[in-house]
Amino acid sequence: MKISYNFAFFDEGSKREIRRAALKAVAIPGYQVPFASREMPIARGWGTGGLQLTLSLIGKDDVIKVIDQGSDESVNAVNIKKLIKKTTGVEQTEKTSKASIIQSRHRIPEVPLNEEQILVLQVPIPEPLRLVEPSEYKTKRLHAENDYSGAWLMLFEQIMKYGSMSTGADHPVLVYGRYVMAPSPIPRFDNPKLTCSKALILLGAGREKKIYAVPPYTEVVSLAFDDYPFRVESFENKKCRICGATEVFMDEIIDEKTGMASYQCNDTSYCLKKLNNSADNQGGDISERI
Amino acid sequence: MKGFEKPVLEIKNLNKQFGKGCSDCCDINEKKLEKNYCPECGTVYACQDISFELYGGEILGVVGESGSGKSTMMKCLYFDQEVTKGEGYLSSYKDGLMNIFNESSQQKRYIRNHVLGKVYQNPMLGLKMNFSSIGNIAQKLIAAGYRSVRDMESRGIDLLNHVNIPVFRMKEPPKNFSGGMQQRVQIAKALSNNPPVLLLDEVTTGLDLSVQANVLDLIKKIQRELGISMIVVSHDLAVIRMLANRTIVMLDGRIIEKGLTDQILEDPQHPYTQQLVHSLLV
Ligand SMILES: Nc1ncnc2c1ncn2[C@@H]1O[C@H](COP(=O)(O)OP(=O)(O)OP(=O)(O)O)[C@@H](O)[C@H]1O
Ligand SMILES: [Mg+2]
Ligand SMILES: [Zn+2]
Repeated sequence: MKISYNFAFFDEGSKREIRRAALKAVAIPGYQVPFASREMPIARGWGTGGLQLTLSLIGKDDVIKVIDQGSDESVNAVNIKKLIKKTTGVEQTEKTSKASIIQSRHRIPEVPLNEEQILVLQVPIPEPLRLVEPSEYKTKRLHAENDYSGAWLMLFEQIMKYGSMSTGADHPVLVYGRYVMAPSPIPRFDNPKLTCSKALILLGAGREKKIYAVPPYTEVVSLAFDDYPFRVESFENKKCRICGATEVFMDEIIDEKTGMASYQCNDTSYCLKKLNNSADNQGGDISERI
Repeated sequence: MKGFEKPVLEIKNLNKQFGKGCSDCCDINEKKLEKNYCPECGTVYACQDISFELYGGEILGVVGESGSGKSTMMKCLYFDQEVTKGEGYLSSYKDGLMNIFNESSQQKRYIRNHVLGKVYQNPMLGLKMNFSSIGNIAQKLIAAGYRSVRDMESRGIDLLNHVNIPVFRMKEPPKNFSGGMQQRVQIAKALSNNPPVLLLDEVTTGLDLSVQANVLDLIKKIQRELGISMIVVSHDLAVIRMLANRTIVMLDGRIIEKGLTDQILEDPQHPYTQQLVHSLLV
């Protein structure tokens, strides 16, 4: 039996409604716009917020890239890609530079994005004040009244506990001098890529029914104290064991036998591209070197 | 002389009602109320035409039975609740020229963060029980504009010293502390932004007598050393007698008597006050 889907799964009315929320989000940088999150054949919490954004925006000529924590091949990324493929038939790529829409979980690609591209980030918890204030009614009020002492308090607590700001990911940012925003669980390493980004960045939380945005060329500042400035994870003196890259976000790999730590690019497509380029130049064989 | 001194806080005709009211109870000249509520429509008139002044460095006591509207008044003063109508002027906010109740919500937040401190009866309302004690103090400092961790830490340590919380426990969350200690942390937090006006609502209610005495001593010490003006609410006249220079007596949402605390204790005018004073003596 052949099931026929709407192009991009949703009917046009639904897509328009999601786009309307996205437009509002662009108009008020960093502000969480509520939207009627739809049921999807993928469980909530698996990127349905991002997926709804992607499907509402995608056209026949788009080229899509889906990444999950830096990998194009994880189960989650593959499932999302399958659904997009089945309902749109658009071209897919692993090359960041070739994609027009990039849907990502937990990373912003290493390759700088351009004005022709849209980055869609999947968000589990859109509310940066949630840990200090469980009530949605109250957090809405705090945003309205510009009271972000709770977000700073979280950072203060980390400093008291660990001696430094130790947000592993999702370090809160101030967007366009007005709204404090959860950048989704990207590593601190990726926070600086948010500011004055050439690409439009849209963030979607399916379970929490929120869409928000960082429009192109918008100032985004990571929260920090005067005497505890914001710092990204340091990979100083470390390089990728596969492609040799430095100054990228790397995963630590512990050798089970020796206990030795080595590092490799978290962004696998970046790693592969770098490897291909150097293999082209040297005429070597990739497989020998991995 | 008090008469010529400008009050730190002046409240005029503060009204707070819960409910819309009906033809029976909206008539200002002849409200047909049972205690503080309308039997016809159920509207509660929690505060009715409350007016008073608070002067520099004084403690103003507010006493009255349960349900008389004390907490509602304090919530209105701290903008936890919106007044139905009324005027309020703070000398340290825009020279006392603007009615604080008419300001925008952002301005009200500014007033809370810079001009007021509040201590709640229930520490759960005033503190984040899972965050460190110093963090609780820091949050108010952050709200008042501090951005240096070192400055906040040293200010927090000063305050904890002041309220007799051992500094080595500053990183513990208030949930580990006894009721008396929690109130001390709340007081430290409320004092952190050097507010000219401090609001205390039943801060010793529910504490053991000896602990109560300690907290009352602390409040007196703060008045003596920092000269902060305070409004102290209690249903317990003994607490008011110990702390307040002047006292307001409330009943069913109205002020029925006000004056010097000693005077009220010696020569109560209203039958309700007489009964209250009498019960203190037996
Ligand atoms: N949110 C509310 N909705 C409706 N009625 C309310 C609300 N809050 C308070 N009230 C009513 O307002 C009146 C005054 O209550 P309030 O808590 O101010 O009294 P109180 O003097 O502080 O009493 P207590 O000594 O018990 O703390 C009471 O009749 C109460 O039932
Ligand atoms: Mg009360
Ligand atoms: Zn009525």
